Amino acid sequence: MEAVRLALAITRRDRGARPPRPPTLILAPAVLVAAAMLLPIAYLVVRTAGAGEDAIHLLLRGRTLQVLANTALLALTVTAATSVLGVALAWLTVRTDLPLRRLWSVLLVLPLVVPSYVGGFVLVAAFGPRGMLQQVLAPLGVERLPDIYGFPGAMVALTLFSYPYVLLSVRGALAGMDPSPEEAARSLGCDLRSTLLRVVLPQLRPAIAAGALLVALYTLSDFGAVSLLQFESFTYQIYIQYQGSFDRTLAALFALVLVCLTVAVLYAEGRARGRAKYYRSTVGSIRPLPIVPLGRWRWPALASCGLTVMAALALPIFVLAFWLVQGMTAGQPLQLVWGPALNSAYASSVATVVIVAAAIPVAILAVRYQSPLSALVERTTYIGFALPGIVVALALVFFGVRYATPLYQTLAMLIFAYVVRFLPQAVGAARASLLQVSPRMEEAARSLGSSVPGTMARITIPLLRRGLLAGAGLVFLTVMKELPATLILSPIGFETLATSIWSTTGEGLFARAAVPALLLILVSFIPMAFMAMDDQSGQ
Amino acid sequence: MSIMFGRNLAPDRERLRTRDNMAYNTGRTVLRNLDNSVALTLRQVYKSFGGPLVIEDLSFQVGHKEVFAILGPSGCGKTTTLRLIAGFERPDSGEILLGGQAVASPSRWLPPEKRGVGIVFQDYALFPHLSVEQNVAFGLRSFPATQRDKIVRIMLDMVGMGQYAQRYPHELSGGQQQRVALARSLAPCPVVLLLDEPFSNLDADMRTQMRQEVQRILKEAETTAILVTHDQEEAFILADRVALLNAGQLEQVGTPEEIYHHPATRFVAGFVGEADFLDGRTTGGTVETEVGRFPYQGPLAPDTSVSIMLRPDDVDLAPDPQGEAVIAQRHFRGSENLYAIRLSSGKVLHSSQPSTVILPLGQPVRVQAAPAHVVAFPQDPNLTQDALPTPS
Repeated sequence: MEAVRLALAITRRDRGARPPRPPTLILAPAVLVAAAMLLPIAYLVVRTAGAGEDAIHLLLRGRTLQVLANTALLALTVTAATSVLGVALAWLTVRTDLPLRRLWSVLLVLPLVVPSYVGGFVLVAAFGPRGMLQQVLAPLGVERLPDIYGFPGAMVALTLFSYPYVLLSVRGALAGMDPSPEEAARSLGCDLRSTLLRVVLPQLRPAIAAGALLVALYTLSDFGAVSLLQFESFTYQIYIQYQGSFDRTLAALFALVLVCLTVAVLYAEGRARGRAKYYRSTVGSIRPLPIVPLGRWRWPALASCGLTVMAALALPIFVLAFWLVQGMTAGQPLQLVWGPALNSAYASSVATVVIVAAAIPVAILAVRYQSPLSALVERTTYIGFALPGIVVALALVFFGVRYATPLYQTLAMLIFAYVVRFLPQAVGAARASLLQVSPRMEEAARSLGSSVPGTMARITIPLLRRGLLAGAGLVFLTVMKELPATLILSPIGFETLATSIWSTTGEGLFARAAVPALLLILVSFIPMAFMAMDDQSGQ
Repeated sequence: MSIMFGRNLAPDRERLRTRDNMAYNTGRTVLRNLDNSVALTLRQVYKSFGGPLVIEDLSFQVGHKEVFAILGPSGCGKTTTLRLIAGFERPDSGEILLGGQAVASPSRWLPPEKRGVGIVFQDYALFPHLSVEQNVAFGLRSFPATQRDKIVRIMLDMVGMGQYAQRYPHELSGGQQQRVALARSLAPCPVVLLLDEPFSNLDADMRTQMRQEVQRILKEAETTAILVTHDQEEAFILADRVALLNAGQLEQVGTPEEIYHHPATRFVAGFVGEADFLDGRTTGGTVETEVGRFPYQGPLAPDTSVSIMLRPDDVDLAPDPQGEAVIAQRHFRGSENLYAIRLSSGKVLHSSQPSTVILPLGQPVRVQAAPAHVVAFPQDPNLTQDALPTPS
C-alpha cells in the first residue's frame, strides 16, 4: 500500500512538471501571429528554390558578386566611420570640459530623426545637378559639380544620420563607467592618451559593438538613401530588378542573400553581447567621473561638434527651408501635402492598432506562460529585425500575385508588411511593461470572481496601458517613416509622405519634397525630444 | 436551509441578511454548506513543481468561522498550500473541498473565480488604476449598483477606511492598503478568507496595531480565515488552531496552547518558542536527566533513551560555589535576562531570569528544572543533524 502511494506520488511529481497551460484565448492568436511572421521569408525561400539551377547561376554571376561587394563595402565603411565619430563625440560630451556640453549632447543626437531618404534628398537637393549649390555657383560659370551620386553620397548620408546609434550606446557606457581602473592606470604611470587607449577604449568595446551593429543593420536594410543616391547595393538593385525585369528570380535571390547578410550581422551582435557581460563593471560608480580638461584642444573639439551638427542637422533644415521658400515663391500650393499626410496618418494608425493588438498575446504568452513553445513564438516575432523592408515587400508581392490576388495592392497587404517589420518593437514594449505588473494583481482579480478574459480586460490591459501607449507612439512614427514596403505595396494612387518625398526627389522636384520632409522631421522630433530630456535627467 | 454565504456583517446585520436571502449569485457556483461545521477539507494533497514534492500527503480540516493558522519556516510549502486552496495551483493528487464540495479532485476542478475564496496577498496587490472604492467593488459586479455601493460603504466603514473611498492605492500607507485589501476580499462574502503573511510588509509598530485590527475585523465579519505565517506569535494571537508545516508535511495541528506545551515532534518543540533538549532515560513513571528526575506519564516505554524539552522559563538557577554548572553567557533583553548555562557534561541550557538578576560570566550555579509537564521524544540518531533553533 505504502509502495503504491509512493509510486503514485512519483508519477504525480512528473506530471506536476508541466507549466500552467496558457488559455486558448492567448495561445491561439500568439501562435497565429508567429506563423504569419514566417510567411514572407518562407515564401521567399520557396520562390528562389523554385528557380533551381538558374538560381545558382545567377548567384555566381559577376553582377551578383559586384552588388554583394558594394553592399559589404558600404556597410563596413559606414560602420567604421560612425564608430570613430560616435566614440569621439561621446567622450567629448561626457568626459571633458567641452564648452556647452549639455547643449551639444542634445543637438548631436537629433540627426536620428532624419529619415535616410530625407538625408538623401538633402544631399541631392544641395549638391546634385540643378541643386542649391549649383544654382548659387551657376552665375560664376560653374557648369558641373563633382558627382555626389554613388558611393560617396550614400556613405556620407548614412554616416551622418546613423552615427547617433553609436553615440547613444557609448555615451551610456561612458557615463556608467567605474573611474577606478583609470585612476589605477594613471597611478601606474600611464599618461592621459595611453590611459584612453589601454584602459577606457577596451572597456567601451561592447558598447561600440552594440552601436556599430545597429548601424550595420541600418545600412544593410536602407533603401531610401542608396536609391536616391543611386548606389548599387542590394536594396536598390532589388528594387530595379523588381521594377524592370519580367523575371523576378534575380530580385528574389538578391533579397535572400541580403537576409543572409543581416542574419550574419545579428549573429555577430549576439556574440558580442555575450562578451559584454565580461567587460561590464559590476558596481555602478557613485563617485562623479573625472572630467578631462581639454586645454588648447578645446577649439578643435568644438569645431568637430559644430561641424557634425552643421552637416547632420543644420544643413537638412537649411536645405529644406530653402526649397520650401523657393516652392512658395514659385506659387506652389501647400495643399499638395494634405493628401499624403492624411494617407500617412491613416495607414500608420491602422498599422499601429493592428501591431499592438498582435503584440499583446505574444507578450502575455512569453511573460506569464514560460515554456519552450512560448519562447519559440516570441523569438519568431523578432524575425522582422532581420528582414529589410524591401525584402518583406518583395516577398509579399510574390505571395500576393500568386496566392492572394484579391489582397494584392490593397491596404491590408501593406499593413501586414508593417506588422512583420515592426512587431518586434511593440512586443518589446508590451513585454517590458508586463514585467512591471505583478501576477498577484491578476490572481487577486481571479479570486474576486473575474474570469481569465475578464481579468485581462479589467486588470492586465489597463495596467499595461502606459507602456503600450508609449510603444504605440514609437511604432506609429516608425511606420510613418517607412519607405520601401510602402513604395511597393501601396494601393495604386495611395501616396504617403514618405513615398511623395522619394518620388518627387527622384524627379528633381525638390521644392515639392520639402514640405512633406519638414513635416516628417517635425513629427519625429517629439519623441526624440522626450528621449533627449530623459537622457539628460538620467545623467 | 443554510446557505454557505449566510454569515453576517456586524454593522448592518439586518440589512445584509436580506442580501443572503435574495438570490445571492455572484456569478460563481454558489456553494451550499452541506456539513455546517467544516468549511475546508484537504485530503492527501500532493504537489510538486517538477522537482521534489513541495506538499506531501497534506490533510487537515478547518471549521466554519474558525481562524486557522499555517505556521512554518520559509520554504515549508505554506504559501503553496494557500495557492492550492485558492485555485492558483492544481494539486498533483488529493482532494480539496470547500463547504463540503470538491473544488479540486481527480474528477473535478473549479478555477479560482468560481471558488468564492478571498485572498489577501503579502503585498496586498491592490489594483493601482482603481480607487479604494472601485477596488472594494471589484468583486461585486453582479450586484445592482445601489446595493453594491451599500456593501462597499459597509465594508470600508468596517475596516475604518470610510473617508478614503476616493483615494488611490499609492496615496495610502501600508496599513491602510492592508485594510483596503481586507475589505476588498471580504466584500463578496468569501467561503474562506486566505491571508498570506499579512503583516510581513509592515514595520513593528504598525504590525502590532494591524494585528489587533485584523483580529477585530475577522471577528466582526464572522468569516472562516486561514492565515499563513512564519511568526509563531502572530499565529498564536490570531488563530483558534495552528497547523505546523515542515518541508511540505504536517507536523501537528492544535490549539496554540497544545502546540506550545505539548509539541508532537522535536521540530515543533524547537520551532515554537525557545527550547533546549536534554538527554535522559525513562524509568517507570519518571525521566532521569543530568539536572534531575521528573515525573513522566507519556507513552514511551521505560528504559528508553529520550530527549526532554526544557523551555527557558522551566529552568531556574541559583549561585552556588559548589554548583557544577557555570554561566556561559548572558543576553540582556530588557524585560528579562536570558542566561546560557554550561552543565558539567558540556551541554548548554538556557534560563530566563528577571532583568534585575545579573550574574557574572563563569559564576558556578546550581540548576533546577521544573517543567510543568515533561515532553519527551525518543532519541533518534538521525535527528542530531537537525539544527534546531535555540535561543541566541
